Amino acid sequence: MLEKALSGGKGYWAWIFLLLAIIGTGFACYLMQFNYGLGITGMSRDVSWGFYIAQFTFLVGVAASAVMMVIPYYLHDYKTFGRVVILGEFLAIASVIMCMLFIFCDMGQPTRVMNVILHPTPNSVMFWDMLVLSGYLALNLVIGWTTLGADRKELPPPSWVKPFIYLSVPWAVSIHTVTAFLYAGLPGRHLWLTAIMAARFLSSAFAAGPALLILLAMIVRKVSKFDPGKEAIQSLAKIVTYAMCVNVFFLLLEVFTAFYSKIPGEMAPIKYLFVGLEGHTRLVPFMRTASVLAIGGIALLVYPNTRKNESILPFSLIAVFIACWIDKGMGLVVGGFVPNPFERVVEYSPTVPELLITLGVYGIGALALTILYKVAVSVREETEAGDIQEGWHGSGH
Amino acid sequence: MYDSGKIITGLLVFVAIVSFPFVYSRGTNIVKPEPKIDTPVIQQMAVKQCVQPRAFMRAEHMQLLNDWRDSVVRDGNRVYVGFGGKQYNMSLQNTCMHCHSNKKEFCDSCHNFMSVKPYCWDCHIAPKENKS
Amino acid sequence: MSMDRRQFLKITGVSTILGIGAVAGVNGLSRSPVEASQVEPSPDALKAKRWGFVIDMSKFRTDDDFTRVRHACHSIHNVPDIDNPKVEIKWIWKDTYEHTFPGQESKYMAEEMKDKPFMVLCNHCDNPPCVRVCPTKATFKRSDGIVMMDMHRCIGCRFCMAACPFGARSFNFGDPRPFIKEPNPEFPTRTKGVVEKCTFCYERLAKGLNPACVDASQGGIVFGDLEDPKSEVRRLISKHYTIRRKLELGTEPSVYYIIGGNENA
Repeated sequence: MLEKALSGGKGYWAWIFLLLAIIGTGFACYLMQFNYGLGITGMSRDVSWGFYIAQFTFLVGVAASAVMMVIPYYLHDYKTFGRVVILGEFLAIASVIMCMLFIFCDMGQPTRVMNVILHPTPNSVMFWDMLVLSGYLALNLVIGWTTLGADRKELPPPSWVKPFIYLSVPWAVSIHTVTAFLYAGLPGRHLWLTAIMAARFLSSAFAAGPALLILLAMIVRKVSKFDPGKEAIQSLAKIVTYAMCVNVFFLLLEVFTAFYSKIPGEMAPIKYLFVGLEGHTRLVPFMRTASVLAIGGIALLVYPNTRKNESILPFSLIAVFIACWIDKGMGLVVGGFVPNPFERVVEYSPTVPELLITLGVYGIGALALTILYKVAVSVREETEAGDIQEGWHGSGH
Repeated sequence: MYDSGKIITGLLVFVAIVSFPFVYSRGTNIVKPEPKIDTPVIQQMAVKQCVQPRAFMRAEHMQLLNDWRDSVVRDGNRVYVGFGGKQYNMSLQNTCMHCHSNKKEFCDSCHNFMSVKPYCWDCHIAPKENKS
Repeated sequence: MSMDRRQFLKITGVSTILGIGAVAGVNGLSRSPVEASQVEPSPDALKAKRWGFVIDMSKFRTDDDFTRVRHACHSIHNVPDIDNPKVEIKWIWKDTYEHTFPGQESKYMAEEMKDKPFMVLCNHCDNPPCVRVCPTKATFKRSDGIVMMDMHRCIGCRFCMAACPFGARSFNFGDPRPFIKEPNPEFPTRTKGVVEKCTFCYERLAKGLNPACVDASQGGIVFGDLEDPKSEVRRLISKHYTIRRKLELGTEPSVYYIIGGNENA
């Protein structure tokens, strides 16, 4: 099926080469980082994780969100998601690839990456994260490819793939739970040491992931004959609405606990993020933007008329997506390191090479996603054309 | 066979690429490296004996160093009972390089020939060599 | 015999995997050249069930008392001198009471106390979070309580830095060598991309020597076995009021501080 990605119009190839250029730039910067070390980034001994790990954390959520289509479609036989579920699975694949690349970019000694497997350490959450992420990647590759292949022959998916589909549901929850455990079990990092970290991760994932998916589905609908369906988009939009409300609710729970208990360590990182601490306010404009976008996005989504209006919907979804990206990316990671163990505020901002490497990884993700979506859309266009010209399908196999 | 032209061209290109190193280096005079052991410390030794016999060291020194490293760093055991029951302090910098103070002529001559680049020296300090 | 492309690919694929597997298996089974019977601890090594430090801050009066100790440690361990607090590397250093014991300062405390410098280093916790999170066992706890670093194995993920509540860990954001003025030829440096910290002078204990900071402190830092009731450290802890950093986190630091009192019998 992969050969479908090799035929496309001018626009398709222009997009591919643009992505390759972005990837190339990122790779050149990565070589710089490989030679010099992580000193070319803005990270420090106080804020020792930065933009890469922020993207990693956020994208694990996007990957996990495929489950929001898998559950209704496969467990509840919700036929409306029949066309969109493959887009969700392929988005998960691209996201997990990016997650792994971000971890790799963040390593000080990338050539020693196999040490994680050579010296398996079950007491380290990072070990489990590696296991669940690679497992999730494999699951989605197998499920996505098999179901699409069956689709192409207009057959139901083979029965052996069913157990894998069911397994992918708890597995999706596990990838985000384990990722939350990277943070939630560390003594002395007040912003992270919270029992609802995993729940917060899942809620923001189920808001940001489907939001991105709807936007992608709308693009797919524009550039191809494949239409995931208005109803599917509306159902997903409702999922985004509920998840985003829960996400904001969870954040407010954190704020309550910190500010009603008045424990200084609990309050400090939240103050740093939203009003600034000891005159350090670098993240405040971003967190306030995120707050405004979250509230605005929710308002537009909750009100049925604006949610159903497909010319307004993209803006509400973009607002929700960016709000989650800021909050669960930079806000979460940097906020955990401020103040530092000595109760000093050391600020962080990414450097230009760091941003270009990040962009390069997103480029690789976008390229993987483009190829996968091209295949999926071509197969769908083919079968649908076949439905019209009876008996014609599956050329050259 | 379909597309025989393309397949045969492809195979030819593949063979050409794979055999390139052999063709390229044909006729060049290859000198087998002779790691030198004529350092002042070794010259003063009555019996010129490393921690294990020469053949063993030649074949296994990398694995031996790996095991030394784990023993010292991870298990805290620093004494190695070598050939003939003689005891040594397991240390690349302080034991190996004490005798083999000619890293360039000893380590590097073979490593360069074999094109292996052990990262030992990223951290371990190579002995100061007398300029000659 | 005829086969189609699919069969051919299957057969080649399976045989490749089997071949690689067999080679890996044989390599894995091959014996290591060093037998367990060939290694032993050095006879002069100092031993303990759990090493610990007692730092008597009353013995640190002048700036020189701090810099002497810091220099002793950093110079023999090839710790680079990087003049940028964001990426600097430190094994032992000084910080004020207020920042060393955050949450323990009070509003009406004398300014001198708030600003009183303390010697800070890795706590060699009994229950170290850094060891718990390390995905490769590059940092691990020895049976004598020392929280060790295996710089050969560190992949530079910096999970341990996020986990350490004491800010004791430094990361090599670049090659440290240009920042080491006079390298100690008997000790390695580190390379870019690994985490490092105080190792309780494990290499000196093995030779029967005191940790370098202890020798340089002129009695300000005492080390010994915390599990030996007759040790000097235990005697000091029972005799003086001592404090440790962030006890509420349950990591059980092995570094005790005596704040004041000039008598240190």
